[in-house]
Amino acid sequence: MNTTTKYAATALAAALGVTVLAGCGGSDDKASGDTGAGSKTVTLVSHDSFNASDAVLKAFTKETGYQVKVLKSGDAGAALNQEILTKGSPRGDVFFGVDNTLLSRALDNGLFTPYEAKGLDRVEADTQLDADHRVTPVDTGDICVNYDKKYFADKKLDPPKSFDDLLKPAYKNLLVTENAATSSPGLGFLLGTVATYGETGYQDYWKKLKDNGVKTVDGWEQAYNEEFSGSAGGKKAKADRPLVVSYASSPPVEVLYADPRPTEAPTGVATGTCFRQIEFAGLLDGARNEAGGKALLDFLISKQFQEDMPLNMFVNPVAKDAKLPELFTKFGASVDKPATVDPEKIAKNREQWVQSWSSLVVK
Amino acid sequence: MAVPVAFFALFFAYPVVAIVGRGLKAGGDWQFGRIGTVLSRPDILDVLWFTTWQALASTALTLLIALPGAYVFARFDFPGKQVLRAVVTVPFVLPTVVVGTAFLALLGRGGFLDELWGVRLDTTVWAILLAHVFFNYAVVVRTVGGLWSQLDPRQEEAARVLGAGRFAAWRRVTLPALAPAVAAAALMVFLFTFTSFGVVQILGGPAYSTLEVEIYRQTAQLLDLPTAAVLTLVQFAAVGGILAVHAWTVRRRETALRLVDPAQTARPPRGAGQRALLGGVLLTVLLLILLPLGVLVERSFDTSGGYGLAFYRALQSVDANGSTFLVPPLDAIGNSLRYALVATLIALVVGGLAAAALTRRAGRLVRGFDALLMLPLGVSAVTVGFGFLITLDEPPLDLRTSWILVPLAQALVGVPFVVRTMLPVLRAVDDRLREAAAVLGASPLRAWREVDLPLVRRAVLVAAGFAFAVSLGEFGATVFIARPDNPTLPVAVARLLGRSGELNYGQAMALSTILMLVCAVSLLLLERIRTDRSGEF
Repeated sequence: MNTTTKYAATALAAALGVTVLAGCGGSDDKASGDTGAGSKTVTLVSHDSFNASDAVLKAFTKETGYQVKVLKSGDAGAALNQEILTKGSPRGDVFFGVDNTLLSRALDNGLFTPYEAKGLDRVEADTQLDADHRVTPVDTGDICVNYDKKYFADKKLDPPKSFDDLLKPAYKNLLVTENAATSSPGLGFLLGTVATYGETGYQDYWKKLKDNGVKTVDGWEQAYNEEFSGSAGGKKAKADRPLVVSYASSPPVEVLYADPRPTEAPTGVATGTCFRQIEFAGLLDGARNEAGGKALLDFLISKQFQEDMPLNMFVNPVAKDAKLPELFTKFGASVDKPATVDPEKIAKNREQWVQSWSSLVVK
Repeated sequence: MAVPVAFFALFFAYPVVAIVGRGLKAGGDWQFGRIGTVLSRPDILDVLWFTTWQALASTALTLLIALPGAYVFARFDFPGKQVLRAVVTVPFVLPTVVVGTAFLALLGRGGFLDELWGVRLDTTVWAILLAHVFFNYAVVVRTVGGLWSQLDPRQEEAARVLGAGRFAAWRRVTLPALAPAVAAAALMVFLFTFTSFGVVQILGGPAYSTLEVEIYRQTAQLLDLPTAAVLTLVQFAAVGGILAVHAWTVRRRETALRLVDPAQTARPPRGAGQRALLGGVLLTVLLLILLPLGVLVERSFDTSGGYGLAFYRALQSVDANGSTFLVPPLDAIGNSLRYALVATLIALVVGGLAAAALTRRAGRLVRGFDALLMLPLGVSAVTVGFGFLITLDEPPLDLRTSWILVPLAQALVGVPFVVRTMLPVLRAVDDRLREAAAVLGASPLRAWREVDLPLVRRAVLVAAGFAFAVSLGEFGATVFIARPDNPTLPVAVARLLGRSGELNYGQAMALSTILMLVCAVSLLLLERIRTDRSGEF
């Protein structure tokens, strides 16, 4: 045996060894992941953005005896569609992450079993969109234009405040937005313009916005990290667009994930350009652990979870008694009059709005 | 043969057929009329047209740029050749989320071209074409270069002695021998660019969409399963056609060529012309491949307080402010390695058995199976992922929440590489050796151990290495099924990129750099144990 083959043989043996170990790890896992009836495990299915701190999940276990297992599957749209495909024999007990732009799709498909969560009286009334309690509101977030503070300070120019402002010549070629067909902030921004200018007026608005040099990219990652000059990624990429469609909570995130932390957020929010997203959770039809699922829904609107949420998912609580963290109150923007569109109206027209948007702006 | 057939039937054919069937059936009846309806939509026709012409253009451009590279890697000896051969293969196994970001940095604003000449190519079709060259450079270099290095240069020399000019000798002697390999490489590049997803999505912007991107959009975003099903069928037909032609060229190539040890054919470049050629190829590799990869590395060290290791340090801890993952991002490396090892093992068993079966038997059916094994490379990940979801949901195969789904999906893309690597080597094993062993009283198992195994051991390792590297970088299917408590490296990168903030972005770059290193190291090890005839890759 020459050295190469000897080496190779050792590598193969090592590989087999590790594989066996991995296999063992897996089977242990499976034993603890049992989700049968009366099980002590409750499974939460969600999208990739779901996060909760370990301490809070442990507190839930201590309180109720149920252990939470989380399954994340893609972005919000993909996660919901997977639930629709597996309807009736769901992978989990509770689904979290359907928002008002997709709510009707979930409800029309009969995804959820009604359950009125305990403590719902503490939840903002205008977020409770389903009278039958098939879904429970958990958080809200605002999709708004963000601006690069440094750019506008250097140019001695006021940042835009409203949808109308974005059409002004002073802001020509400054805004980057996302594809409304593939990106949820992109869709939110489009819906914001529909809410503001009406179902016919929005097309005219976008024509003007296009003439004013709006740039469209496919996803939030590219828009925010590669095109927007105010973000950490954009600075490295020498980005040149000081306006981007993002979230009202983006400025606090820029502060939180900077080292050292600045005393002021590098970006600001144009509060007159916001569209409100409300995210819901619901008990899945056919859930194997219904009792656990109900307990989890109660917990999602409890003060403890609601206060943990902002710094994990960068959204706002819906419970009136939940206090926002200082990071949010200090660096975040409060949006007084966000644009909204009725979920049923969205369900009926989404495709058509997006299609005419595409032919106006993209093609 | 039973194992690979069962594996593909259960984990590939059944899920794909089920999801397509869901789209084409309404109330129990097949609705084939939908095919016509979808295919007459102008927006769908646009997508088909763009998919085809960009794949043709990408293939032509890749051949144009990579063929000189194939020649240089085959015929010249120069310092660092092994390392460079491994490095040019890294893009091929890197997830596109990572590379798209790096490429944008190169071609976009403030990028290399912008600084030099003020040229920006992002969201133009040029960015897509160049990125496709970047990804597929190695396919041409390895497929064509691998054969080229084994062609006996004396044949061409003989032709010249007999009076043929330099070009005529090349055209009459080398080109015919090389043509099937060039065709095979071109078809593979065409297949990969025809089904391109990440590159087009990131670099093309919303204006460009390939069939694969459209299938993803229709399935994952719009849940328009009928349209997705029709598009899947179209892609299936196209990919099937490409693979059939590919199988044919491969068979032609396997016909008797007198091959020599590559070590004998390579020599240091002589004269100004050859040195200029070598220089040109090295410059191309530098600009086209090393530069985008370098940008990733550079950004992973570029913290706001100057260059440093802050992003790498951050990878070790669960975020104190809120956990992007339930585990430190660094654990993703361990997860990735474990998944990739299991996937490699599955791919080796399935692919090895398939290759063995294909060697022993001949005939139309077996050849069809050969092409069938390549199909997973051309079927969209979202179709397979969603198919898994609706089929593997009943005991005893309720695998929807099981960790094993990830290595299973990864093995699907690993198997074609195993088969393609092992098949030529297994076919080269002289049957008379086995017969001799049998005559001398060896049991079939013993004959296999004493005859086949020593001959194919190195091929197995090369195949394992490729399956491993491909599994490591697999993203499309994994993202749908990876669990949050054990994300793989590409999934972790994508999640970090999905958040604002400097630390998240920096950690994504740092993780990408690590992924790149792991891929590069495993490919470098491959270079060292490459067999004389290592198949097509």
